[in-house]
Amino acid sequence: MKENKGTVADFRDEYPKFTPEMKHTHKILVPDMLPFHFEIIVDFLRKEGWDIEVLHNDSRAVIDEGLKHVHNDTCYPALCVTGQFIDALKSGKYDTEHTAVMITQSGGGCRASNYIPLIRKALKAEFPKVPVISLNFAGLEKDSGFPMGLKTLLKLAFSVFYGDTLMSLYNQCKPYELEEGASDKAREDCLAIIRTAIDKNKYRSYKKWTKAMLERFAQVKRSKEKKVKVGIVGEIYVKYSPLGNSHLEDFLYSEGCEPVVPALMDFVLYCAVNNINDAKLYNKKNAATPLFKLAYKYLHHVQVKIIRITEKYGFEPLHDFEHLRRCADKVINQGVKMGEGWLIPAEMAALAETGTDNIVCAQPFGCLPNHIAGKGTIRTLKQMYEHENIVAVDYDPSATKVNQENRIKLMLATARENLALEEEKEAAAKKD
Amino acid sequence: MAKFMGIDVGSTTVKVCVLSEEYEILYTSYERHFARVKECVLNQLSIVEEKFGGGEFRVSITGSAGLGLAERAHISFVQEVQAAFTAIRKYYPDADAAVELGGEDAKIIFITGGTEQRMNGSCAGGTGAFIDQMATLLNITVDEMDKLSLRAEKVYPIASRCGVFAKSDIQPLLNQGAKKEDISASIFQAVVDQTVSGLAQGRRIKGKVLFLGGPLYFIKGLRKAFKETLGLDDEHAVFPDNAPCFMAIGAALYSKNADAMPLSKIIESIASVRESDDIATGDPLFKDRAEYDEFVARHKASDLEFADIKTYKGDAYLGIDSGSTTTKLVLITPDCKLLYQHYQSNNGQPLDIVLERLREIYSLAGGRIRICGAAVTGYGEDMLKAALKADFGIVETVAHFKAALHFNPKVDFIIDIGGQDIKCFKIKNGAIDNIMLNEACSSGCGSFIQTFAKAMGMEIDEFSKLGLFAKHPVELGSRCTVFMNSSVKQAQKEGASVEDISAGLSSSIVKNAIYKVIRAKTPDELGNNILVQGGTFLNDAVLRCFELETGKKVVRPGIAGLMGAFGAALYAKENVVGASTLISEEELKGFTYTSKSHTCKGCTSHCNVNVIGFSDGRKFISGNKCEKGAGLKPHSDELDIYSYKYERILKSTTGAKGKRGRVGLPLALGFYEQLPLWAGFFESCGFEVVLSEQSSRKLYFKGQHTVASDTVCYPAKLTHGHIESLLDQGVDFIFFPCESYNLDEHDSMNHYNCPVVAYYPELLKANNERLNEKNFIMPYLDLNDEKTTARALKHALARYKLSSKEIAKGLKEGFARLDAYHADIRKKGAEILEKAEKEGKAIVVLAGRPYHIDPEINHGIGKLLTSLDVAVLSEDSVFEKGKQVLVNVLNQWTYHARLYRAAEYVTEHQNINLVQLVSFGCGIDAITTDEVRAILESRGKLYTQIKIDEINNLGVVKIRLRSMLAAIEEQKRRSDERK
Repeated sequence: MKENKGTVADFRDEYPKFTPEMKHTHKILVPDMLPFHFEIIVDFLRKEGWDIEVLHNDSRAVIDEGLKHVHNDTCYPALCVTGQFIDALKSGKYDTEHTAVMITQSGGGCRASNYIPLIRKALKAEFPKVPVISLNFAGLEKDSGFPMGLKTLLKLAFSVFYGDTLMSLYNQCKPYELEEGASDKAREDCLAIIRTAIDKNKYRSYKKWTKAMLERFAQVKRSKEKKVKVGIVGEIYVKYSPLGNSHLEDFLYSEGCEPVVPALMDFVLYCAVNNINDAKLYNKKNAATPLFKLAYKYLHHVQVKIIRITEKYGFEPLHDFEHLRRCADKVINQGVKMGEGWLIPAEMAALAETGTDNIVCAQPFGCLPNHIAGKGTIRTLKQMYEHENIVAVDYDPSATKVNQENRIKLMLATARENLALEEEKEAAAKKD
Repeated sequence: MAKFMGIDVGSTTVKVCVLSEEYEILYTSYERHFARVKECVLNQLSIVEEKFGGGEFRVSITGSAGLGLAERAHISFVQEVQAAFTAIRKYYPDADAAVELGGEDAKIIFITGGTEQRMNGSCAGGTGAFIDQMATLLNITVDEMDKLSLRAEKVYPIASRCGVFAKSDIQPLLNQGAKKEDISASIFQAVVDQTVSGLAQGRRIKGKVLFLGGPLYFIKGLRKAFKETLGLDDEHAVFPDNAPCFMAIGAALYSKNADAMPLSKIIESIASVRESDDIATGDPLFKDRAEYDEFVARHKASDLEFADIKTYKGDAYLGIDSGSTTTKLVLITPDCKLLYQHYQSNNGQPLDIVLERLREIYSLAGGRIRICGAAVTGYGEDMLKAALKADFGIVETVAHFKAALHFNPKVDFIIDIGGQDIKCFKIKNGAIDNIMLNEACSSGCGSFIQTFAKAMGMEIDEFSKLGLFAKHPVELGSRCTVFMNSSVKQAQKEGASVEDISAGLSSSIVKNAIYKVIRAKTPDELGNNILVQGGTFLNDAVLRCFELETGKKVVRPGIAGLMGAFGAALYAKENVVGASTLISEEELKGFTYTSKSHTCKGCTSHCNVNVIGFSDGRKFISGNKCEKGAGLKPHSDELDIYSYKYERILKSTTGAKGKRGRVGLPLALGFYEQLPLWAGFFESCGFEVVLSEQSSRKLYFKGQHTVASDTVCYPAKLTHGHIESLLDQGVDFIFFPCESYNLDEHDSMNHYNCPVVAYYPELLKANNERLNEKNFIMPYLDLNDEKTTARALKHALARYKLSSKEIAKGLKEGFARLDAYHADIRKKGAEILEKAEKEGKAIVVLAGRPYHIDPEINHGIGKLLTSLDVAVLSEDSVFEKGKQVLVNVLNQWTYHARLYRAAEYVTEHQNINLVQLVSFGCGIDAITTDEVRAILESRGKLYTQIKIDEINNLGVVKIRLRSMLAAIEEQKRRSDERK
């Protein structure tokens, strides 16, 4: 710093860059992270001329490739994503001279920001020509970033809103459907609705499309029986990705539960708020801060409107982000901003306040931020909410399904007891 | 009316219970199932049928291995903790808590004060299977271990988080001659500690406590340890007579919701359960017998020739390898024919074995043979060398390389899988170029199969042979043994055969070695002339898996298990000068020894020192981290910057009494860097600064009940003890800031702290009931911005009404002290460097994090290095002399950026090497280690990594460091030759 200022030692390896021309020559592979949202996003990107595909390979080979190519102690999501890429590239289905892979990058203080170099390193030996594209909003990886105009950003944002609504409605109908497959049909129809919205370039008329989706799901005939509701919170990848969480939602369905999965938009807003908080707490202002403020204001405004509409149709709405922030303040400081940070306890508290006491807190084995924001806050939450019933589940390449399911079953046993007690109380109240 | 039945299918046993219509217990049974779950259950049911003559039953199944069975047989299933809870409420309504240990699970149920049920996470030893494994290691039954433990005089600290770690702690104790009585008790104590820290997590186990499950029923020593640790009297510690079957009873109670069925129908539906096909399986190891025969014939070619010790006349050389679990002896002729070989499990007493064998050799030799040289290698090297007066003690890596060269002079890759280590060496230009040893986590290789074979009621040979012709070897994953155990459990649940499991285990071991230890991406990376060795490779199934996985034909010497000893003998042959000093036949006759242990009070390390007294009056002392324990003059710390830094940081305070009050600063995590800053700030503002006591294992235990996440790193876990220490000292408040951002040292893209260092105060506050808003102050700060820092401090310390001026002055004083601290480290670093260079000593940059200077965290590695005659620098004493670096990864953490620059600095200095110190569970180091390695290797430097945890024994570390020094020496010798 002082002694040798000006002299720099460069230890970087060469890696293939992603250039704008590749839009026309390359296929882009995307990991299977958010089944509901990615379907929508990929759809509109294709229409914008991108040759893009979400991977669905899900065999043991995916995990094995990940184990071979990523450091033993790196977190499970890095391993799943890398494994999925390599397994796909090896399948022979893709022209590896003209294929790129893409992943999101946050740039936070958690090691997840390092997935890009890790994937590059993993691909280097066998697929030296495959570029790794970074999808980020922090100006990282300038030579391999995904080009994004304001319009694409807006489409992305609304895709997230639509994906969230779709996911939430599907979860609220699937366990209760009287006619098997009715919810899946509704899901297909809603995807068609969203497609139309984007095709017509009317995707910003969110009220109209949200209503259309609500109406479609309202047609699904549902039983009135009470089921155990289970919230899923945690690290972003294992929370949403079936590959990452051993098909947790399917397992919960098979156990007769209703999964309650908080919105992806909350994570987007969480990232925006962290930037604003940094400015407030530490005077870390930069050029983007006012933009983040603006974006936050607008997105939150849309979110609130969607909540109002959802309520009108008798469905449980997703959380209001301002409410989440208030929930966070009861448990942890909003300064905890690495990984999913304060969002995890905020969601756990908000779930408890909206009648979902049972929670799976999903995290990759040894996830650093989760030590504090996940496992570390459970005690506080239990003191705050009498019936809060949380199980923290570690996901890991070798943690077996038996082990994970056994723990979840323990949580469910308590959940069922609580539900029975509640019903008894209700019945007693009725008698009186 | 129907009777009630509960079936508990655990990981190792099946328990059945029958209740009358009035819930009276009519019958219980307990049997090990040896992975044959279905057969065992059916057998138990036929006994029930005989006894009760059929009739109607309401039945429920419980237990970790029972889930699949229940699903497929369409029988009601109840989660086992729930089952236990059901039974507790029925029979012990006044219990406050229950602890249940099973084969592979540990559970706690809190009943009063907020019902809560907890199970161990996926990374946890400390269970029945762990105890079994430890018993195997000691070569005694669990029952014997129990009896021994009751006669213990002292308890050694043993890592309890994971069986593999515990093994690494126990083995050296055994090798050093610690008493089995004490070790047995220590193992049980480790299980208790694991339960208390891993499960209770911030909640105290108190009141009337029920102890359930097989191990707690059968093992008195374990009961005793629990009672003592939890401070329970007989009235409050309840050990029910039906503890082993308690879950089965619970399941029976639970079946009141199930439909009644005739017993015959229950048996029928269980019998009809078929193996499911949703477990991953691989191809058979051999197509047919012919392929196997060809394989056997090919490997026979690499056997040594024999000479008959009973007739041979002439010179001979002795090699002894005192390994982690086995002791090996080899006697060879000058033309390398094998006169005598021995391979035996240590049984915890390597010295006894060696003495006995040496007597045998002398007697077989009948005076015809002259032993001209003897060398010892392995864990027990020092002790055996002293006892036998052997000519040489050599590092085991060197011994193995010597032996490998004998079989293939072109060898470029050696892999050795032993009892609990995997060692790999890459050979370049005829010298060891790179050494890879398994980290304590992925170890547990050979002895794992052994333990598992025992659990199946078989010998290891028999068990592994079963795998050779398995039709569908199961995929068990590749990681540490605890995980493998649950993979096996899963396979069992799915109905895999013993043959398939055996083959799967062999394959796991191989994959573990290739992908986790060597971390090869393609088999070609290994080399062209691969030599495999170590006892585990004598197992044909493992050898075959290795060849299949690498796609290469490899050499396995017939003495694969004796290579260390053979190499030692070769070394002795090549290097002996004059007559051998080895103990003579005559001396051996009357040779005896005694073993005693005590705690050394020489310094704060408080080593457990073992003293072995030999009958000829000599003594051997081990367990000591420095010469002080050995009764020698303590060596000087002057070339060890770790000692210096630790002492220096303790001097951050002036000790002035303050008028405003007493603030507590914990000696933990970020304070190992920022203590001067905060001490300066608070003293300037008129507070007395109180430091927590220095770290120790005892301190860790003091805080372990508030540890919320059992997989967090040891430096973080220790913090809990420091908080307790400060609270006990009655400070007015504890100050512990949260800092997302560290100080910007302008050499990285960003300057974060790791998430644990940044936010640990949040976790402390949430999980320690003694902390509150008033006595725990944790502002969010970014020290790079003075304005917001001052504002946040003013706000956080509002009740002391500090003026802005006072705060500004305080910060100024703090930063001045911090700068002085940094300057002192740089100065000391320069001094050490100069002195070491003048004296021609080897220099190592021990690169870690600021908190690695805590002797309880680094376990005295600095001292160990200086005792090996190496000068020790730290990353922060040199990084500023290195260039700015550009790396592949996102360089965004302050402490980690120092590592890269320190590595760059080392590459520019021929006489300096780097050893990276990594805390187990440090997620960020998964990224930095690869990058530091790449920096060093890109410029032809060796990379050495040492992983540290609670693990308190430096045996493995020492081998690693000595191997590194041997390799450096070799590199230097050859570069000198070239000149």
